[in-house]
Amino acid sequence: MSTLLDQEKVRTLKQKAIETRRLILETINYSGAGHIGGPMSAVDVLVSLFFEEMNIDPKDPRSEDRDRFVLSKGHSAIALYTVMAQRGYMPLEELKTFDKIDSRLQGHPDMKILPGVDMSTGSLGQGISAAVGIALGGHLRKQTFRTYCMIGDGESQEGQVWEAADVAAKYNLDNIVVIMDYNKLQQYGWAGKETEREIPVASPEKRWEAFGWNVISIDGHDFQQISRAFSEARQVKGKPTIIIANTVKGKGVSFMENAYLWHAKVPNDEELEAALKELQMEV
Amino acid sequence: MVNVKTVENVAMRDVFGEVLLKLSESDPKVYALDGDLANSTKVNVVAEKNPEKFLQMGIAEQNMMSVAGGLASTGLQPWATTFAAFLSKRSIDQIQVQIAQPNLDVKMIGAYSGLLTGLTGKTHQALEDIAIFRTLSNMVVLAPADGVETKKMMEFAHNHYGPVYIRLARDPLPTVFSEDYNFELGKAVKLKDGKDATIISTGTQTGRSLEAAEKLSKEGIQVAVVHMPSIKPIDEQAIITAAEETGAIVTSEEHSIYGGLGSAVAEILVEEKPVPMLRIGVKDRNSESGANEALLQKYEISSDHIAARVKEVLKKK
Repeated sequence: MSTLLDQEKVRTLKQKAIETRRLILETINYSGAGHIGGPMSAVDVLVSLFFEEMNIDPKDPRSEDRDRFVLSKGHSAIALYTVMAQRGYMPLEELKTFDKIDSRLQGHPDMKILPGVDMSTGSLGQGISAAVGIALGGHLRKQTFRTYCMIGDGESQEGQVWEAADVAAKYNLDNIVVIMDYNKLQQYGWAGKETEREIPVASPEKRWEAFGWNVISIDGHDFQQISRAFSEARQVKGKPTIIIANTVKGKGVSFMENAYLWHAKVPNDEELEAALKELQMEV
Repeated sequence: MVNVKTVENVAMRDVFGEVLLKLSESDPKVYALDGDLANSTKVNVVAEKNPEKFLQMGIAEQNMMSVAGGLASTGLQPWATTFAAFLSKRSIDQIQVQIAQPNLDVKMIGAYSGLLTGLTGKTHQALEDIAIFRTLSNMVVLAPADGVETKKMMEFAHNHYGPVYIRLARDPLPTVFSEDYNFELGKAVKLKDGKDATIISTGTQTGRSLEAAEKLSKEGIQVAVVHMPSIKPIDEQAIITAAEETGAIVTSEEHSIYGGLGSAVAEILVEEKPVPMLRIGVKDRNSESGANEALLQKYEISSDHIAARVKEVLKKK
């Protein structure tokens, strides 16, 4: 049985999530480039992973028994960096270098230059395969660390995602948890019949079940549900787990939510001010 | 100068299977990854004799190469093997992002490289792999001339941390080197002296280039042969010295004339020591299925073609 987070813990995580969204918006506004929609939808799962679920130590980011995290949807890098900065992997001040020359905070995560990033990503569909390799390596070396990987729903149009799904199930890897940030929009996609845009990947639960994975579907903005899903995944033996995190693209700012044009739009100063005001009201 | 042996015929792939088996037995970190071609590439030797070190990845090269990067990040040394055509073209983005750029310790074995791939035709021939791999950062690109050198290169790769690509041939070839041969990264190997011109060759084409040099010597043309097993890093000084000493160069490779050894040599000559130079390689056209000798003739990379090219370059001196 999974344990519930106490109210104080939930309050702390929510506060971190609001702070993360604020940092994302400010950083993208400051750097004049980057993604908004995907990072904002991913925030709560990332906060839960880095502040609650994963066995990690920012002071020892190369430790052999640390849990691993791979951001397969690498274009949401700013969400990862803002969470890592709050967790102590770098000074908050360093966020200002995002996307600038000589920065450790590349447009897409680079494992060579930023300790705490466990795999370089950016070209879609690859991170999940690398995460499968990391989990397989842990299994072969009889190590107990767990591997977490976040993929996008748009990313799941890449065939490689399903190659990885197949191999992870074949090797019965129960030390990997993949989270699909199911925000139901991609950069441009198809015009929808009833809604504005078509959902990138329909019926993900059925697809993953067919590939032999343990599937858990949750509200990806509900810390209790996220935590319970991670806990449930630990109990599953002999097969990998995917958590379908139902999320809202652009989550937290009304005019950015469910708006595909905010996939990678830079908020100007007025938009930033309006967005921060909305976030402030949530505190 | 290295002693030339040219005796019994050995297939690089047979050597590869046996050497990888030994490495997998002696080093806990060595694993073999297969893209479901084990009995062609001969990595099946590992599957059969040391099954715990064999990881079947199925017919999915993109996933295989990203998995290899992940495995390497945990401290293992994966040896990923498939046909060179698929490795260099189906999974090159994965290799770049998750192996080469992060400088992970993955060994890539391109089996069935070049033109002579066992009647499989153009989809299974690899005439671009050198060109593709040599543009990747951190990547070491090697092409052995025979079974002995295949073994020596694999032993080197095992002890060298970082991505290494080795292109192997399918069919048996005359053995060029004796067992005491020592492979050195970034070093050319002079196999024959000659004052009139130098053939700089790599991989399977080295044996054919030696044949061409023998034919020419009977006609009174003394051509040196320099084998270039390490295409990246390449031995710049050996190229410059050959240009200085003989004043004319012919490059020779079982690869496209674009982007491979010929291009690498030309880049150095143009900047450092321009002399007349011509290339032997597959020209800008679709290749096809066919018997080995027929392919060598039609695609103009046989020893006769090399000899003719040397005569052409002499006219430019």
